[in-house]
Amino acid sequence: MELVNIFVRSAFIENMVLAYFLGMCSFLAVSKTVKTAVGLGAAVIFVLSITAPLNWLIYTFLLRDGALGFISPVFAEVDLTFLRFIVFIAAIAAAVQLVEMVVERYFPRLHVSLGIFLPLITVNCAILGGSLFMVQRQYAFGETVVFGAGSGFGFFLAIVAIASIREKLRYSNIPAPLRGLGMAFIMTGLMGLAFMSFAGISL
Amino acid sequence: MSTVAVEEPRPVVAEPKEPLLSKKNRRLVSDPFGDNNPITVQVLGICSALAVTTQLANSLVMAGSVTFVICCSNVAISLLRATIPPRVRMIIQLLVIAGLVVFVDQVLQAFLYDVAQELSVYVGLIITNCIVMGRLEAFAMANRPWKSFLDGLGNGAGYGLILIAVAFFRELFGSGTLLGFQVVPQFVYDLGYVDNGVMLTPAAAMFLIGGFIWVQRGLRPKLTDVS
Repeated sequence: MELVNIFVRSAFIENMVLAYFLGMCSFLAVSKTVKTAVGLGAAVIFVLSITAPLNWLIYTFLLRDGALGFISPVFAEVDLTFLRFIVFIAAIAAAVQLVEMVVERYFPRLHVSLGIFLPLITVNCAILGGSLFMVQRQYAFGETVVFGAGSGFGFFLAIVAIASIREKLRYSNIPAPLRGLGMAFIMTGLMGLAFMSFAGISL
Repeated sequence: MSTVAVEEPRPVVAEPKEPLLSKKNRRLVSDPFGDNNPITVQVLGICSALAVTTQLANSLVMAGSVTFVICCSNVAISLLRATIPPRVRMIIQLLVIAGLVVFVDQVLQAFLYDVAQELSVYVGLIITNCIVMGRLEAFAMANRPWKSFLDGLGNGAGYGLILIAVAFFRELFGSGTLLGFQVVPQFVYDLGYVDNGVMLTPAAAMFLIGGFIWVQRGLRPKLTDVS
């Protein structure tokens, strides 16, 4: 029950995009059509579900204060926490490379439509943010797995929603300077306000 | 993000006796303030712009940190550009950035602990700030160190400008303070004025940046995109 709780919380109440506004760059850049948005959303779910548990293992068994104690008591005092940014981002970069190779091999059409944005998942703040939040909130392993998948699912929902809105907006009469990007910002702000209504829910 | 690749790499030949602050070099610094602003035109580095701008002080620290990281990483990558194999360049760029961010994080923890606590994960997220990565890809990989330094300075400042502008409005209307000092006088509150709580939510930053984009594109119609 606790895990369902975390899933719902990470997908809706603490949605990466609409509550913390992470991963905005790809969120705004790839949301022009629903089709590419679905592709990127799926890729983010996949990468987040892999990298969050992966980084949990790295953090717990290598970086945490005294984590190296299992090798020899000599290392029990070592605290490598300050290295977490470098190690996390390297693990994420490797995982993304892997995903890219798999997609290129088995889903060539998806690879063409995602184009440059697949490597850029590496620099999607939502991915690194997921790992950093996982450390900050001190999740256990099972919770981290669910948290990663839930956050990815939340990103998927959000990007598909904004893409559908933007497809409709193309036919509306918006002042020229506000068209495209400006309107996308304001829509995202409105969606963020709407998602704030989840904030009061405690599960 | 999609406009990053538009900038063509300048030829590496010639330009032997160019003065340090020639007109072309000054443009490198001034362009990102207006027509090539990283946030409002290139749409890079939005996440941190939304998260840290509730307080003006936090934004100043963030703008300084990002400028420092862009300048240093630009120079480092520019010096290394001939030796980096193209296939692994992303990872090398990330490692350079991550190293600098660790440095910034440790300095903030040591000297500005309160601010560092408030910025929480967003200092670490400078690594994934697309502006840094974007400038390395688009500029430092093809230009000399001094030019790359100026480019980093310009983009960091252009980013900081928007950050500070957003933070100014959010702190003024959200908490009635600026840099922590009470600006809205007490008698205004007595007359029934209330701080606007929406300004403290990230959504308000979205509206403000949307508004900046509207104003900028209204003044410079050539920036308008039709999609």
